[in-house]
Amino acid sequence: MAEHILLRHRDIPDLHKLDVYLQHGGYEAFKKVVTTMTPQQVIDEVKASGLRGRGGAGFPTGLKWGFLSKDFPRYVTANSDESEPGTFKDREILEKNPHQFFEGVMICAFAAQANVAYNYMRGEFWDIAMRLDKVLAELRERGFLGKNLFGANYSLDIHNHLGAGAYICGEESALLESIEGKLGQPRLKPPFPADKGLYNKPTIVNNTETLTNVPMIIARGAAWYKTMGTEKSPGPKVFCLSGHVKNPGNYELPLGATFRHLIYELGGGPPSGLKVKAILTAGASSTVLTGGDDILDTPMDYESVAAKGGALGSASIIVLDESVDMAWLTLKTSRFFKHESCGKCTPCREGTYWMLNILERLNRHEAKKADVDLLNNVASQIAGKCLCPLGEFSVAPVLSSLKQFRADFDGHAKDAKKPAPAAARPAARPAPKAKEAAPAAD
Amino acid sequence: MADLVTLTIDGVKVSVSKGMLIVDAAKRIENDIPVFCYHPKLTPVGMCRMCLVEVGRVQRDRATGQIALDDKGQPKVAFGPKLETACTTPVEEGMVVVGASAKVKEARDDILEFLLTSHPLDCPVCDKGGECPLQDLTMRYGPGGSRFIFDEKVHLDKHVPLGEPDEALIFLDRERCIQCARCTRFQEEVADDPVIGFYERGRKLEIVTFSDPGFDSKWSGNTTDICPVGALTTRDFRFGARPWEMIPAASLCPHCPVGCNITFSTRREAAAGGAHVIKRVLPRQNEAVNEIWMCDKGRFGHHFVESPDRLKTPLVRKNGELVAATWDEALALVGERFKAAGAGLAGLAGDRLSNEDLYAIRKVVTGLGGQVELNAQMGGGGLVQLLGVGQGTNFSEMGNPLKGAGSTAILVVAADLEEEAPVWWLRVKQAAERGATLIVMNGRETKTERCAKYTPRYEYGHEAAMVLGMLVSGSSEYADAFAKAENGVILFGHEGLDFAGSSALAQACANLLITTNHYGKPNNGLMAVWPHANTMGAWDMGVKARDLSEPMPGVTASWIVAADPVGDGLVTADTLRKSGFVVVQELFLTETAKAADVVLPAAAWAERDGTFTNGERRVQRFYPAVPARGKPDFQIAGEIGARVGVQLPKFASQIFNEIAKAVPAYAGLTYQELAKVEPQWPDIGGQDFYGRNYYYGGTSYENSQGLGVQLKSGAERGEPVAVGKVETHEVKRDGLTLVPTTLLYDRGATFVRSLLMHPRLPHPYVELNSADAAKLNVKDGDMVTVTADGTKAQVTARVDGRAPEGVALMPESLGPAVPARATRVTVSKG
Repeated sequence: MAEHILLRHRDIPDLHKLDVYLQHGGYEAFKKVVTTMTPQQVIDEVKASGLRGRGGAGFPTGLKWGFLSKDFPRYVTANSDESEPGTFKDREILEKNPHQFFEGVMICAFAAQANVAYNYMRGEFWDIAMRLDKVLAELRERGFLGKNLFGANYSLDIHNHLGAGAYICGEESALLESIEGKLGQPRLKPPFPADKGLYNKPTIVNNTETLTNVPMIIARGAAWYKTMGTEKSPGPKVFCLSGHVKNPGNYELPLGATFRHLIYELGGGPPSGLKVKAILTAGASSTVLTGGDDILDTPMDYESVAAKGGALGSASIIVLDESVDMAWLTLKTSRFFKHESCGKCTPCREGTYWMLNILERLNRHEAKKADVDLLNNVASQIAGKCLCPLGEFSVAPVLSSLKQFRADFDGHAKDAKKPAPAAARPAARPAPKAKEAAPAAD
Repeated sequence: MADLVTLTIDGVKVSVSKGMLIVDAAKRIENDIPVFCYHPKLTPVGMCRMCLVEVGRVQRDRATGQIALDDKGQPKVAFGPKLETACTTPVEEGMVVVGASAKVKEARDDILEFLLTSHPLDCPVCDKGGECPLQDLTMRYGPGGSRFIFDEKVHLDKHVPLGEPDEALIFLDRERCIQCARCTRFQEEVADDPVIGFYERGRKLEIVTFSDPGFDSKWSGNTTDICPVGALTTRDFRFGARPWEMIPAASLCPHCPVGCNITFSTRREAAAGGAHVIKRVLPRQNEAVNEIWMCDKGRFGHHFVESPDRLKTPLVRKNGELVAATWDEALALVGERFKAAGAGLAGLAGDRLSNEDLYAIRKVVTGLGGQVELNAQMGGGGLVQLLGVGQGTNFSEMGNPLKGAGSTAILVVAADLEEEAPVWWLRVKQAAERGATLIVMNGRETKTERCAKYTPRYEYGHEAAMVLGMLVSGSSEYADAFAKAENGVILFGHEGLDFAGSSALAQACANLLITTNHYGKPNNGLMAVWPHANTMGAWDMGVKARDLSEPMPGVTASWIVAADPVGDGLVTADTLRKSGFVVVQELFLTETAKAADVVLPAAAWAERDGTFTNGERRVQRFYPAVPARGKPDFQIAGEIGARVGVQLPKFASQIFNEIAKAVPAYAGLTYQELAKVEPQWPDIGGQDFYGRNYYYGGTSYENSQGLGVQLKSGAERGEPVAVGKVETHEVKRDGLTLVPTTLLYDRGATFVRSLLMHPRLPHPYVELNSADAAKLNVKDGDMVTVTADGTKAQVTARVDGRAPEGVALMPESLGPAVPARATRVTVSKG
């Protein structure tokens, strides 16, 4: 790709410095919207660009901005809670290209006519937060935040807010609860944040990467933006590539690039030389896709991945080569979801615990084949009954793995014909010891 | 009607008001959708996922918005791919709800199985076993066997006191908790004491308290009622009995003028010689009085009934000593001396007595030509009889756009509602939250102010003047708001006021109501925050308060019933003894009883029947629950009457029939009338616990023993109404003013017998403003001597920001006598 749109710091050294950012047209888009555009014009431009939310759901951003109910004050919240395993795109943006992100927040705030915006970061981002606090202080000092910006009748301040390190707080309503100082648990929807969000007021919650797109859309226009990506999924996307590839990392590609391009041409394929067994597209929340040619040639956009039964999600591509035992993989994802379940609704709280309990026994070769059926039952029992999407995410890797790689599970059963080959598990990652796996209070 | 919505639930069509939730609509047609986290009095959260149903909605054409029709001309109904929670989904026109399908049954089975994977299944030793929604629903849903390996269950702490181990009233069993958040929502939404909450996440999620003392709320017991499992239990009842062993007995709470409907659970116990004892007190539903709630004073304040200090036999003074005597001996002596005293007989009756007691006592005393008065220093009873809230008044309707006829304004003056009449505080708060305009007028901050729109402050002594100020149109925003509101209610108290002061305030309130035409109709009128449960009834029975500082002339014999003037510092034992022959009728050997010539042991209210008239002028019955120690007061009065020639019927119901003939407001009332019930909403299900209470899932009792009857006010019965003169007294303010205040948790003769409440009873204290404290060189926690009106007391000083400058707040009934009205005081260190 010739030019980076979101990871511009890779083309421009020291872009995180305000003066460098200003030299490259920084905050011109914000100035443009405040001094020459109406909020509706901004919303229309973003709508025209076809920008879709990069947090996972792919909801059209302009549409979301247009939904706000007619109540004030309003709030804008950037979702920098990036907690999905295998996702590390927002971190790079916040660390290396923070001004473009903040400019996106500002433009969004202007479009919403919000005077206060929050940047909600996961608790583990404390070091980034300290740097970003300095960035915001500098922006205030230099007049990019404050009262009557650029002489116009518009005022704005942005606050960084650190969570306490909970996956659930990436869910927008739990995120709002957390900002309000409450326990991070999702709210019932409706009402949606656009209607009753932060402090019960209309609120826009957008992913960090989504907002980072906005200044370029304003600066260069929706038509330019639509030249990238596909018809329904336009624009660039940062793909987080990890797992069994030679060159893991963030790759900015237009939506619609194929898995093969990312995994083999950029990522260099599995270092072991083995074939790709499976692909997780959305971190731990993924429906597992097999590594066949059919999948590898699928374009990575929201529609095409959905057509294959998966979801692009946050585009956290975790590559698994044929050495991976899927019973071990689902043990890992289930442990994650059990640890991160907020506990608000019964199926997620109890179901993730139970799934983990079965998978631990299975991985210790203490379970029977019937337990694999039980696992399938328990996961199916969770599906479709949870309060928020995160509970539903927990079963996606389990059910899809069971469907496509059932033998991996059955192989661990005590009553299986032959035990699972030891080589099937990566040597560097031994199966959990019984002690670790014991159901402690957590 | 435009605001009705018709939907079909499991094939049954039902029309309900717009906005109602599916679960409530289903309950209307007796279709019990199982719930754990849902509670009709709380905001829905959709957490437990037990109430999943299939929901079909009428399809509309996207372009035209018209209802799409199928080929038979019926509206097209489309079902979503997922089940929805009936407890969070509002009804829609044409909606089709299916709860009786295999898919739904399977989903509920699944949820129940999930819940039980963490549950300890210790029903055999669980207090809730037998009245447990989880147990009940396990009978209906879920597999019979467990697929989760029992030995791998997580075990968590079972006896977690919410507070200090020796002080906690509520205990948490962590492993029984199903994380439904009913208790936390109750504390936040209903009690406005958000002192408990969830801690951690996932399977670690647990209830914790973060107040000091722990679970610092006067409403904590209610959480044990609404807990759908045995996770929350009270210190009073835990491990006390099994639900099926107990017999329910309907009663009323005797501690304040609200008149909460309660149920005793009693059981025969070996320790009591096989007699019935009170095991616990639960609220009994009366949506017009206490809904399904009660405060902790009512719940835990019953222990005086079974106190070992109770008087057991009559006592007669012989050779200067009170010695045990037979009833015949004692009553003969009393009859003889009362007859001799004739017009010199003075009766003093307490306002915790029932209507029947007060009527009987008054009939005997006046029959002999004597006089009887009420042992209460609050006036205004006559005005409340005339202008009291109209028949049909219900706080639940105030501010409710669905139920109320229009806007409502509520004025609370000179009262600290949560301390004096807790459930009124709760109901006033809810009315304010629904949109009623609440004006809280006081000389200091109270909890009621939190939900008030206007909080005018007066200097103590200017209460009546401040109310009279509202008569001047345009004098203040709140005065106009009160005048303009369609409905107006005033609750007046007696903080800092004696008989004369409260009488003046009542008159000022009456004048305001008359001038703004807020009387003589439902949800309008005057309410007194009376000091006790039946002060209103006493006034109705003709036993009225009077200025006690003026002694009755020509007294040769006194009959003191349920009153302790010596203990209260109103009269010395010597003066009383010198006044002549003294008979005291009591539960305990009070200071007054110690000075008596004859002491007659009375039965407690829980041991007999009778009626109380609450502050909303609702006459309600209570019933015997446990065997009597002593005799009912009306019966003693009858036996004395028989010896002095005044005839009284033998039974309470017969006396009540006489009352109905003698007191115009009570005309036509009978015990049968008071025992009538009608369906209430929310329907809290069968009282036998094996019935239909899945939906409500609490242990509040269904009301099958009577909702009582709200009296018509004098104005409604056509009595003349006119503005009266307010006798205000000049108020001089120089130096520090002592203001007596009321605490819910006091050291009164009855409540102090509940030992489990002792950690919550404060030691005597005086609250000072920081400026005054600085002048006196007093710090928070110092001992000070308070001298006022000839009384002297050594108490702890509290400098906590609650007292206004120039005012020393001193709670009554903590030990030292406190003057009845605001008065000059000197406070000195040491």
